[in-house]
Amino acid sequence: MDGSSHLQPSENVVLDLAADQSWGERNRAAWRDVCDGLAQWRLVWTLAWLDIRLKYRGSVLGPFWLTLSTGAMVAAMGILYAVLFRLELRDYIPYLGLSLVLWGFVGALVSDACGAFTTNQGMIRSVRMPFTLYAARIVVRNLIILGHNAVVVVVANLVLWTWPPAGVAWLALPGLVLWLAVSLSLALLLGALCARLHDIPPIVANVMQMAFFLSAVIWKPEQLDDRQWMLALNPFFCLLEVVRGPLFGTPPSLLVVGCALGYSAVLFAITWLVFARVRGRIAFWL
Amino acid sequence: MTSSIDVEGLSLSFPLYHGNARSLKKTVLSTVTGRMASDNRNRVVVEALRDVNLALRPGDRLALVGGNGAGKTTLLRAMAGIYEPVAGRVRVLGSLNALVDPHLGMNPELTGRENIMLRGMYLGLDKKAIEGLAEDVAAFAELTDFLDLPVRIYSSGMIVRLGFALATSVQPQVLLMDEWFLAGDAGFMEKARVRLENLVRGVEILVLSSHVTDVVLQWCTRALWMDQGRVRADGPPAEVLSAYLGHPVQLSDWAQQRMATTGSDPGEAG
Repeated sequence: MDGSSHLQPSENVVLDLAADQSWGERNRAAWRDVCDGLAQWRLVWTLAWLDIRLKYRGSVLGPFWLTLSTGAMVAAMGILYAVLFRLELRDYIPYLGLSLVLWGFVGALVSDACGAFTTNQGMIRSVRMPFTLYAARIVVRNLIILGHNAVVVVVANLVLWTWPPAGVAWLALPGLVLWLAVSLSLALLLGALCARLHDIPPIVANVMQMAFFLSAVIWKPEQLDDRQWMLALNPFFCLLEVVRGPLFGTPPSLLVVGCALGYSAVLFAITWLVFARVRGRIAFWL
Repeated sequence: MTSSIDVEGLSLSFPLYHGNARSLKKTVLSTVTGRMASDNRNRVVVEALRDVNLALRPGDRLALVGGNGAGKTTLLRAMAGIYEPVAGRVRVLGSLNALVDPHLGMNPELTGRENIMLRGMYLGLDKKAIEGLAEDVAAFAELTDFLDLPVRIYSSGMIVRLGFALATSVQPQVLLMDEWFLAGDAGFMEKARVRLENLVRGVEILVLSSHVTDVVLQWCTRALWMDQGRVRADGPPAEVLSAYLGHPVQLSDWAQQRMATTGSDPGEAG
């Protein structure tokens, strides 16, 4: 084993860190973190896949346990609420399936986001990596789960033979792109806040519980009759609707789209301010 | 690119948010109560590093000595860019590998091969280089059939071999190494020592945190005595070590013998 057989790291590192940075320097450092993190998409993808595979290693169904449990939930809740609300089963179950699958992504993402940095403290304290890497890992992991759960929606539509009009479904694509950006932003923001303030995770859990009931996941916006406009005040509803609406054949109103974009812009701004400010401090908090 | 490390006036302090002091309640209350806020901002901090200055150029081999909690590992982490300066500046040029944590990236649930692959990706190696890495590590760690089994079921010896092989398989320009790496040096296989010495010989700058007199005297050209986060002494290894230990130091007979027979001295930069 001689020295020349050693591998060379492919990139040269230039590290220049100084205290008392100006806002310009902080912004550049934060921007570099985001770019470097996203440039590591191969590593992000591998880590996210390993998370899923590890969780289900040794199980026969593997990640399809996710699909199965979501399916059981949709069937049980669908029948129960269709009876309680006196709804048409063939209309309600596909709606509920789609809603629950999409909300499952939102809920899991937000709760994972709280641990974005705290669960990776071993890594963060032993090697310098862009923080965006850990945030992106959570987003991709939940996207993979969403992919598995999407089977539920397809099966529900197959069983009941109810296909939504395909013409508007593509409108969900820009919505999904917005979701990706919002998800990454949430993971960075909540990850940093939760590393510093340990009271945030329980607060977030409570907010998400409330949001589940307030965001027209298990009920339909039409049930509010002439008070539907109030839903636009709920960021979760607006963001949910930009993806769910087109997939269910009912494209969201311009008001909802506008609100979704507005709320996202506010979130991006807050995330940027917080992340640029505290990025260099996160390692000290873990 | 020529490698270098420049540390200027570096200070690091860790805020201690004990128990409820870290809670949202305190933060909100301190904001609401106005004047109290400035008082509350007087947080308890641990000053891990205070005004550390040093410059290293290719060929330099620096030993960090000092008691527990003197700031040696923190200084290594600061030079690796893990902790950003609270005051001062850190500049590092050249490819860098920091062996601070023996479990870096090792996930016991993953197989040996998966762990190797992940490490390669963290290091930014391309696909071909990762295959080379896997081959090199597997050969050195003598894992053969175990390579595709979860690390969880490895014997402790196998885990040590895998961790060691992984950490030493990449040749950086700047190597930052914590003392865990030399722990149990006496019992360590001859093969491992040769590999480590080869690695050290190939790097341009070495920073080593160690208590082992032989290693410091044999490998290093300069020593820094850290005490409570400050640099207490900076100079030739023998002098600094004698001052730190309070008695004159010299290579053990065993180490002298080895150097005479093998002529190997990793302190000589290649």
